[in-house]
Formats: sequence, C-alpha cells, structure tokens
Amino acid sequence: MLDQADGYMTADGRQIGPVVMEMKNITLRFGGVEAIKNISFDIREGEVRAIIGPNGAGKSSMLNVISGFYVPQDGQVLYKGVQRPQMRPYQVAQQGIARTFQNIALFEGMSVLDNVMTGRLTHMKTGMFSQALWKGRAEKEETANREVAERIIDFLEIQAIRKTPVARLPYGLKKRVELARALAAEPSLLLLDEPMAGMNVEEKEDMSRFILSMNDEFGTTIALIEHDMGVVMDLSDRVVVMDYGKKIGDGTPDEVRNNQAVIDAYLGVAHDE
Amino acid sequence: MFYREAGDFSTSYPEDSQTFPIRFDRYRYYLVLFVAIFVIPFTINDYWVNSIFLPFLIYAIAAIGLNILVGYCGQVSLGTGGFMAVGAYACYKLMTAFPEVSMLIHVLIAGLITAGVGVLFGLPSLRIKGFYLAVATLAAQFFLVWLFNRVPWFYNYSASGQISAPERTVFGIEVTGPNTEAWATYLFCLAFVIFSAVIARNLTRGAFGRKWMAIRDMDIAAEIIGVNPLRAKLSAFAVSSFFIGISGALFFAVYLGAVEVGEAFGITKSFTVLFMIIIGGLGSIFGSFAGAAFLVVLPVVLKLVGVDWLGWPTDIVAHLQLVIVGALIVIFLIAEPHGLAQLWRVAKEKLRLWPFPH
Repeated sequence: MLDQADGYMTADGRQIGPVVMEMKNITLRFGGVEAIKNISFDIREGEVRAIIGPNGAGKSSMLNVISGFYVPQDGQVLYKGVQRPQMRPYQVAQQGIARTFQNIALFEGMSVLDNVMTGRLTHMKTGMFSQALWKGRAEKEETANREVAERIIDFLEIQAIRKTPVARLPYGLKKRVELARALAAEPSLLLLDEPMAGMNVEEKEDMSRFILSMNDEFGTTIALIEHDMGVVMDLSDRVVVMDYGKKIGDGTPDEVRNNQAVIDAYLGVAHDE
Repeated sequence: MFYREAGDFSTSYPEDSQTFPIRFDRYRYYLVLFVAIFVIPFTINDYWVNSIFLPFLIYAIAAIGLNILVGYCGQVSLGTGGFMAVGAYACYKLMTAFPEVSMLIHVLIAGLITAGVGVLFGLPSLRIKGFYLAVATLAAQFFLVWLFNRVPWFYNYSASGQISAPERTVFGIEVTGPNTEAWATYLFCLAFVIFSAVIARNLTRGAFGRKWMAIRDMDIAAEIIGVNPLRAKLSAFAVSSFFIGISGALFFAVYLGAVEVGEAFGITKSFTVLFMIIIGGLGSIFGSFAGAAFLVVLPVVLKLVGVDWLGWPTDIVAHLQLVIVGALIVIFLIAEPHGLAQLWRVAKEKLRLWPFPH
C-alpha cells in the first residue's frame, strides 16, 4: 500500500500512475509441477509492462492467472488496491481486464464488425425485452456502442474488412482484429499474449505502432508477453523476466539487459566440471 | 442487373444495421408481407391451408426457435418434439381452465411455460456439449412424452388419453375447433410467425445474438470477453423453447385439433425440425423459413407428380420422400452446411454482378 499513490516518470517523459494490478507471492502448481514459484510484481497505470522469459518459463500461466483461467494455490491478486476474490474469467473481464491469445481466439463465423462489437458486450446492459422490441433503448445502445467500435476499427485501420467474415482473413489481420476486440472493451488493463508471434518485420512494425499509440492515445495500461527482444526493449517501460517459474529480473529494459541472471538464462551458463 | 445496391448508402449506424440494408431487399420484403396478409387469405381454401400453409407457418416458428438454439448458440437439441408437447399441453390446460380468455393469450403463455421447461432441461448444457448434450435433450424428449402419457391431469382424465381443442376465439372469431374458416386460422398463425421472426431477428442482431454466436464459435474466448456462459446458454434455451412452445400450441390447437402425444410430438418431430434447419441453413432466420417450406412442400409436390401424374402407388412415393430427404441431408451437411440460406446468399452475390462479373 506504500507506493499506491505515487508513480514514476519514464525516460520519454510519460507520467506513470499508481499500481493497477499487484501480484503478491503467486504460486501455481499443476500436480507436481510448479509453473509459477512465489512471484510478485505490479503493473502501474499507463505503463507498458512486458513479461519475458525462455520457453516454459510460466509467462502464459501468469497471464492466465491474471485473467482468471487459473487459480493460484498460493498468493494474492490485488486489483486497484483491493484483493480479488476467486473469479470466473467473465467476471474478470467485466472488471475491465481484456486480453488476446497467443493462438488467435476469434469468433470465426462472425464478421469483423461483429467480433469487435462482442468486445462491447460488457458495456451493453439492455434486457431481453427491450432487445426484442429493438426500437428505442436497444437501438440507441447499439448505435452508441457501434460508434465506439467504429472508432477502434478506424484506429487499427481495418475499415475495409469491416463486413468480412473473420474466417476469410489472413493471419496478420486476424491478430489485429483480435486486438480490436480487446481494445473495444475499453479495458483498464490489456493483456497481450505474444501479439507479434509469427509476423514479418512490417507487420511487427505496424503492431508495435498500434501498441504504442494505443498506450498514448487511450492511456491503456498494457501487459504483454513477447519473444522478440528488440520489440520488448523498445516498447516496454518495465520488464519482468521469468525462468523456470521464478522471477529472475524486474526493472527498466536497460536494467534487465545488464542483469547477470537474465543473461545467464538466455545465453546459458558455463558449467565447470 | 436485377439486383443492385449501387447508390444505396447508409448515412447512420441504425440504417446500416437494419434487417434489409439494401433497398431492393426491403421492397421485396414489404411485397411478401403484403401478399401474405392481404392477398393469400382471400384466395385460399381448406385444402391449401391444411396441406401447405398451416404446417409451413407452424413449422417455421419451431424452426426459428430451434435455429436460435442450434444455429446461433451452437447447443444441439433433440428435444424439440417434447418442448412442442409442453406448449400443446400447456395451451390445452389453459384453454379448458379459462375458456373466456382470448387464444392469443393462451398461446403466448403456453410459450412462456415452455421457456421455463426449456431452461430446466438446458441446465446440463453448462457441463456438457455436442453429442452428449444431444443425448441429454433426447432424455427430455422421452421424459416429456412419457409424462404427458402417464399423468392423467395433463389430459383432463379423458378416457382416450388424447387432448382435443375446444372451440376458442380471438376477437370473436373462431380459430380452433371444427368450425373454423381457412383464412382465420391462416391469419392467426401468420401473426405468430411475424411476431416470432421479428423478435428472433431483433435478438440475433443485437447484444444477445452476439453473445450466443460467441458461445457457439468459441466458448473460452466468449468467457474472456465477459460473456457469462450460464446466462447466455440458458437465455438461448429460454428463447428457443418459447418459440417452440408457441409452435406446439398452434400445431395442436389450430392445425391438428386433437392430439395423441406420442404420435404428434414423438422423436420424429424433433428430427423433422432439425432437418428443416439443416437444409434451410443454420444460423439464419431466412433459412428457418426456407427449410420449413421445403420439407412441407416436398411431400405435396411428390404426391402431385408421383401419384397424380405418373400414377405410382402411394407407398412408393412416401418412401421416395424419405430417400430424398435423407440424401439431401447428407448432401447439405457435406457440401453446404449453411443450407439453402447460403445458396440464396451466393445467388445474390452472383446477381449483384450479373451480367458483368468482372
């Protein structure tokens, strides 16, 4: 609670706010395997927080703990300063945490617009009766939410494929549509699980641009997992490094880069016999 | 050439999200409505009503209902016959208990009661999906039929175990019983069809439809964007059963008049309606109509061609019908899972460019 109110200033002069999400001593086990061992870190308002680590380090498990898929055996999750009780993923989403998946999880049978509109579902409250009547409240709500969705569609430059069924889109665009769906929820914390996996350099550049301007324009707090070190070091304000379920580093990209434990984890250590 | 959307611009979001955004479609829809309401009732006789129009309209309601559950929400159900029976028996009990009340109210309340029963039998869908859910709803089918056979209270202790519709009116016009006029029963059912189609369309194009489709396409992703799977699935069961209940009530009270539950609402009924939406098109309101029309008209046409023109024996024609329907289902499932509705959509895309496809 000590540093709840204060924040810090980034190198490029953005003011980072108080802690949004705090993970305290999280331990997650699958049977005998400890996927996450006693990890604590926090995510502050307005920052881009990266979680990195070699394969199998427990990064995705961490994201799944935050979004409510996994329940940690030990530790606390504090959201906006309040300890979060055990929740189903949809309740977490209703609290304002949105995410994307490593392997795209879009609704293939629906159009791009409908997919983005599903991101607005947590904001749509009219009951079934007024929905059935349509004219009046339901239509007004639909239009208001459509405007938000269209703003996101404009922002991510996918206007031209608005009415295309998602199943017909190429991989890169699907990734972007998934981002649009998460962004349409106007989340207070956005989790991105490998947003740039499997993309070429240009697509990565586009995606990086979107992530940065998202953070800039909407002030979205972002936590992302990424393997491309160049991207991570450029985008993020602070980085958590994990290896075999343990936290081995936490700090600004420069600090992490020079951390001996991190270098060892990525490059390997010489074993002297 | 015939089908143009050039020069048709939406300038507001409501305009863009209306049911028929293309002007040509809209006018055709008004024309169909006009013919259905003002032309057909004055030209039809008892034969047409009983062999084509009533079954088509009633099955269309049931197909819309099942399509919401199977096509939009992705929850397979084989309990349609049982739920139609709930509608029929609820309607019967209401008709005999409150003879003064208008049939409109009876049918609507029968729908609501079926919605409640549907939610009850929808509860297993929270744990199981696919084939297993289909089997669970199959249990509903057999249990409900058994219930209406075995508990005499449901058929008012009649000696035959059947229920038969007493004469009831809407605005003073008889719509059930032996002395009805063709146009009255037709318009009565048509009103419910329009009512169901409009509600189904409004629900499926808005937030509820997106919740259902999200559950259908990927339930994990649906949960992550904030859809409560319990409420989404149960609401689909409720809405679906509401329509199926209405169709069951109409099927019994207006169309058949007297019903023996195992015969009228057996497992074959469940399959018939399921075939309608498979042939018509899953996840499409229009497909529900197309499928219902197809399966209702097919036997009539076959009888006309086979028995009346070619002079074949009736039983051969009846079996031929089974063969054709069976083959069609296999063909549609393999070649065009989205059914007649998708064929129609493709035809429209082609027509839009015709005769200059490049």
